[in-house]
Amino acid sequence: MSTADSLSERLGNSDVGLILGVVGGLYLLFIIFGVILGLDIGGIASTLQRLTFLAAVYALLALALNLQWGYAGLFNIGVAGFMAVGAYTMAMLTAPVDPGVGGIPGLGLPLWAGVIGGMVAAALVGGITALPALRLRADYLAIVTLALSEIIRLLYNSTTFQSFSIGGRELGTGGASGIPGPINPVRDLYYTDPASPQPPPTAFGEAMFGFFGGFGIDGPIVVDWTYTLVLVVFVGLFYFLLTRVGNSPFGRVLKAIREDEIVASSLGKNTRWFKIKVFMLGCALMGLAGILWQGSQALITPALFLPIVTFYVFIALMVGGSGSNTGSVVGGALFAGLLFLGPTFVGRIVDSSFTLGNAPSTFTDAIAALGSLDVTPLIAYALDSISTLRFVLLGVVLIILMQRRPEGLLGHRKEPAAAVDLSRRSVSDDSTEAARADGGVSDASDAAGDERGEDE
Amino acid sequence: MSDTDSTTRTDTSNVIEGEDGPDNVDEIDPDDESEVERAARETPPGRPLRVSNLRKEFGGLTAVDDASFDVEAGSLTGLIGPNGAGKSTTFDCITGVHRPTSGSVHLHDEEITGLKPHEIADRGLVRTFQIARELEEMTVLENMLLAPRAQRGESLWRSVLPGARGAVRDQERELRERAWETLDFFEIDHLAEEYAGNLSGGQRKLLEMARALLTDPEVVLLDEPLAGVNPTLETKLLDRIHDLREQG
Repeated sequence: MSTADSLSERLGNSDVGLILGVVGGLYLLFIIFGVILGLDIGGIASTLQRLTFLAAVYALLALALNLQWGYAGLFNIGVAGFMAVGAYTMAMLTAPVDPGVGGIPGLGLPLWAGVIGGMVAAALVGGITALPALRLRADYLAIVTLALSEIIRLLYNSTTFQSFSIGGRELGTGGASGIPGPINPVRDLYYTDPASPQPPPTAFGEAMFGFFGGFGIDGPIVVDWTYTLVLVVFVGLFYFLLTRVGNSPFGRVLKAIREDEIVASSLGKNTRWFKIKVFMLGCALMGLAGILWQGSQALITPALFLPIVTFYVFIALMVGGSGSNTGSVVGGALFAGLLFLGPTFVGRIVDSSFTLGNAPSTFTDAIAALGSLDVTPLIAYALDSISTLRFVLLGVVLIILMQRRPEGLLGHRKEPAAAVDLSRRSVSDDSTEAARADGGVSDASDAAGDERGEDE
Repeated sequence: MSDTDSTTRTDTSNVIEGEDGPDNVDEIDPDDESEVERAARETPPGRPLRVSNLRKEFGGLTAVDDASFDVEAGSLTGLIGPNGAGKSTTFDCITGVHRPTSGSVHLHDEEITGLKPHEIADRGLVRTFQIARELEEMTVLENMLLAPRAQRGESLWRSVLPGARGAVRDQERELRERAWETLDFFEIDHLAEEYAGNLSGGQRKLLEMARALLTDPEVVLLDEPLAGVNPTLETKLLDRIHDLREQG
C-alpha cells in the first residue's frame, strides 16, 4: 500500500497521474464486467488487452489529430485515408518479392524500411493535399480531406491495382480482398516459426508461456499483450514528441494560426508554410498509427479504413479536449472503454442475466408486443442491434458534450506555448500595482479559463 | 469598409482617429491630390515608407484613389479621414493584405508592393488592426512572444531535436525578458498571464501596440489606435505613442 500511496502522491495532479487514473478506472470497470459475465482470468486478461489496444490506437490517432486540429486548427477529416496510405505502403514495401501462388508480390524490404516508407508516403500524400487545400478556408479543407480519404480507400479497393508492375517490379494492393500484413516482430520473439499455424515457441516464449500459463493466461493472450505494450510505448513517444512541438515557438505560431491567421502573417510568420509542415507531420503520425494498428493485423483490407474511423478519432479527441495532448490520450482511453467496448459488454451482461428469448427480426415485431405491455422483445431487439445503437449513443454523447462542455473534459488550449516557463521574471516588483485601472480591467479577467468556451 | 465617394470626404480637419505611423506629424488626406502628389515626387533619404499613387478598386468601387505620401524617419504621421474614406484599405494595401490595383509602396528603397503580408512584416513594416485582433485563447505573454522575428524555435526540427532545443530555450528566455519589459512600458504587465480574450477593448489596443513593437519594426502602422477608447486611456495611449517616437 505504501508504494501505491507514494506513487499516487508523486503523480499527484500531474497529467500522467490523470491518464493512469482514467485507465485504472476503466480496468476496474471491465474487470467487474468480466466477473459479472463469469469470465476466467484468461478471459479478463484478454478483455483488458483489447481495451488497452483500442485505447492506445485511438490515443495515437487523437494525438496526431490534435496536432493538426487542436493546435493549428486544420480540420482534417481524412484521418482514415492517411492511416490507409501508411499501412498499405508498409505492407506493399515489405511483402515478399516471390509470394508463391495466389500471394501478393511486394518489394521485400525489411520491416523498418516499410514503416519509414509508410510514414513518408502518408506525409507526402498529406503534403500534396495541403498545397492546394490549405489555401482554402477550414470547411473546404474538411471537404477535400474527406473526399481524399475515400479516393484513397477506393483506389486500394479497385481491381485495377490488385496487382500491377512498375519498372519490371511486381506490386499489388490485393484489391477488396486485402493484402497480408508482415509478420509482427513480437511474434518472432515468442515463436521460432511465427508464420506457421501451430508455431513452436522460442526459449523466451516457453518461459513466458509457462509463467503466465500458471495464472490461466494462454500463449496468444501473452503475445497480444506484449504487442499492446509496444503500442503503449508509442503513445508515450507521440506524447513526448507532440508536447515538445507544442511547447515551442513553432507551437506558438500554430496556435496563432488557429486563432487568427491574419495576425500571424502580419507579424511576419509564413503561415502557409507552417500549415504545410504541421499537416505533413500530423499525416506521417497518422500513417504510423495506421501501421501500428491495422498494419499489425493478419490482413489489411480497404474496409478497415472507412470514414467512420475518422469520426471515431474526432469523438475521442472531443471527449478528451482538443488542444490538449493529455486530453487526447484520456479521450482515446475513454472512447475505447466507455463508448466503443462498453455498450457491447453491457449488452452481453443484460443478455446473460435475463432470458429474453429470440430477438424479433424487425423493429415492427419488436414494438408490436408493446401493445400487450411486453417489453422483452424490444429489449432483445435493442441488444441484438447494439452495435447500431452505439452510433446513437455516440451522437447523444456528442450533443451533450457540445452543449455542456464544448472544450472537452480537460478544457482545451491550456498547454503553454513556449519552450520556457513564461511566468518567471527577473524583477517582480509590481504585484502591488496590479490593480491599475487602465480602461477598466474587465471583470471577467479573474474568472479566466473556467468560463471560457461557453460563449463559443 | 471603404467606399470612396469624393464628395463626402470634406471634414478631414481635426479628427485624430487616423492611423499614425510611429513617426511624423504631417497629416495627409489620401484624397487630397495636390498635397499628396507633391509629397510623392521627392524621395529623400530618411523616408522609410513611401506610398505613391496607390489605387485600390473593388469591382466598380474605388476605395483608395491615388493616395501618395511619405513617412519620415522618426516622425509620427497621421492619416485622417471620415468613416469609409479608405484609411484601413490603404493600410491593407500597404501591408499586403490586399494587392493594390495600381501604385507602389516602397520600404526604404525596396518596392514591397504586392508582397505577402508576412514578407512585408519580415522587412520591418508592422501594423495593428482597427478592431484589435488578439489571439484570444492565448495568454498576453504568448501573444507577445509570437511577435519577435527570426525565432530559432520556429523551425520544426529545432523545436524537437534534443541538441537544438538548448539554443531555442536561451532565445526564449531573452525574448521573455523583452516581452516583460514591453508589457511594463505599456503598463499591462499585471495582465501578462491573462487570456487575451479577457482583456477590455483598451487593453487590447495596448497589447496590439506592444506586440507590434516587439517585432523591432522600422515602421509601425497603427490603424485607429484610439477608436473606442475612453478619454483617460486615450491620453495614455497618445503619451505612449509620443514616448515611443522620442525613444526612436
